[in-house]
Amino acid sequence: MKRTAFLLIGATVAFATVAAAEVIAPDDVVFNDDGSVSTSLTGVAGDTENGQKVMVTKSLGNCVACHQVTALDYAAFHGNIGPSLDGVGDRYDEATLRGIVINAKRTFKDSMMPPMYKTSGFIRPGDFKGHSVPNPPSILTAQQVEDVVAFLQTLK
Amino acid sequence: MKISNLHRLVQMAATASVAMGLAVSAHAQEEPKLIINGEQEMITHAIPPAYIDGLSESISGWVFRTKETQALELDDFDNPGMIFVDQAQELWDKEMGPENKSCASCHGDVSSMKGVRTVMPKFNEKAGELWTLEDYINDSLTTHMGMEPWGYTSTEMTAMAALIGNQSRGMPMNVAIDGPAAPYWAKGKEMYYTRTGVLELSCASCHEDNYGNYIRADHLSQGQINGMPSYRMKNAKLNGIHARFKGCVKDTKAETYKPGGPEFHALELYVASRGNGLSVESPSVRN
Ligand code: HEC
Ligand code: HEC
Ligand code: HEC
Repeated sequence: MKRTAFLLIGATVAFATVAAAEVIAPDDVVFNDDGSVSTSLTGVAGDTENGQKVMVTKSLGNCVACHQVTALDYAAFHGNIGPSLDGVGDRYDEATLRGIVINAKRTFKDSMMPPMYKTSGFIRPGDFKGHSVPNPPSILTAQQVEDVVAFLQTLK
Repeated sequence: MKISNLHRLVQMAATASVAMGLAVSAHAQEEPKLIINGEQEMITHAIPPAYIDGLSESISGWVFRTKETQALELDDFDNPGMIFVDQAQELWDKEMGPENKSCASCHGDVSSMKGVRTVMPKFNEKAGELWTLEDYINDSLTTHMGMEPWGYTSTEMTAMAALIGNQSRGMPMNVAIDGPAAPYWAKGKEMYYTRTGVLELSCASCHEDNYGNYIRADHLSQGQINGMPSYRMKNAKLNGIHARFKGCVKDTKAETYKPGGPEFHALELYVASRGNGLSVESPSVRN
């Protein structure tokens, strides 16, 4: 009984997603040679407001842990592990930014930047409590990646 | 080697040539000194052993803390970790277990433990494995006192490790990595450079490539263990080496290892060797 209900919900969600747009799964992302990703992961335009939120939230992108971003000064304590993201919308096009956010190691060899849209190929994946999570979800959802990319393009 | 290390080397070379002319080390003036109780100077900067290829200088975690946190380690009356050392001193003298023995019954004054911390972890011939200070304490409890072992990260254990470490305060760390310890060291080194977890970060990502930088509000140190156990403002207690390792592994969204387990033993030896030459600071104060 429970199982049927679960399957039903599953089917509805899947159907709704397909109806909205074709979401590209992490393992199906196609990278260009330079690490950029030309196709939107969702086909739905990114929401810059939500992109900002993702960037300052510790459990999500937590981008400010490593990057200074003047437009996000309202969130305290920006780190300096990576370069400032000010002007990044001038430096890179949309496809390059998408590639960096999805998996920066494709653009910058051995980058310390964590892959935001990746679900396989990890060594001892877990959660912030140290428990094993064999099939971890990606740090960001497909739409959150698009939201962040949209916000990064406004940094000019 | 990270780029700022290269800069540093160039700077050090420049300083050295100036020093030859003026007999003054500019470097020594820049950095605050860790002098405990106004009399005992700690070695906070050391040239790492030649087998450590990723560091040109080993630096104590104390150097990276704020002035306020640093100040707490300067005086034993201000150092909150010393409360636990005092508690462990009572435990040292207390008769316990079925045989009514205290640590002092066999070891006498705790000052007999001077130097012990500097060589931990070390290979124990009898057991045929690498032992940490905690393992030696538990071995005395079980084989010499007929007692149950203490929990590896328990309050008593960490306090006793601090008391025993405190006897070596100021002495340089000097762990052996050769002979039977070599395979442990090699395993620890591999662990240090392996990028684990969903964030794909290794110890080296933060503590070798980025020490001196900020990750959010945290000023990254080299992750040295010469100061262990350390009193942390964050949890207001003493923290042992493996407990700290566990916290750092968790932060990479990785499945952590068990404190006291074989992996952290190997990692402890490798990390200790990166700080050979730095003074034992037990108990240090960190945030
Ligand atoms: C753990 C640290 C870390 C986190 C977290 C992090 N990054 Fe990065 N990022 C880096 C580093 C380091 C680089 C420099 C590239 C390299 O590795 O050579 C970088 C580079 C970049 C660049 C290219 C900048 C340029 O000017 O070349 C962009 C864009 C970027 N990151 C965006 C983000 C976004 C968006 C997030 C959050 C979703 C994020 N980063 C999270 C470490 C991080
Ligand atoms: C009955 C005697 C006895 C008692 C009681 C005893 N020990 Fe020991 N301990 C020894 C002996 C003997 C050794 C030498 C190693 C061995 O052969 O086990 C030793 C070794 C050690 C070492 C390692 C020293 C080194 O140089 O490597 C430490 C640390 C230690 N004991 C701590 C303690 C503590 C803490 C207590 C009290 C909780 C304690 N011992 C109680 C007999 C004792
Ligand atoms: C995401 C970055 C990050 C990674 C990866 C990381 N650490 Fe840390 N570690 C920190 C931060 C932040 C602190 C607290 C500030 C400091 O001392 O650097 C810290 C502190 C420490 C300390 C305490 C240092 C002291 O002076 O008391 C030790 C020891 C340590 N780390 C070891 C490790 C080991 C071993 C690994 C690999 C298993 C590791 N860390 C991985 C961020 C990291």
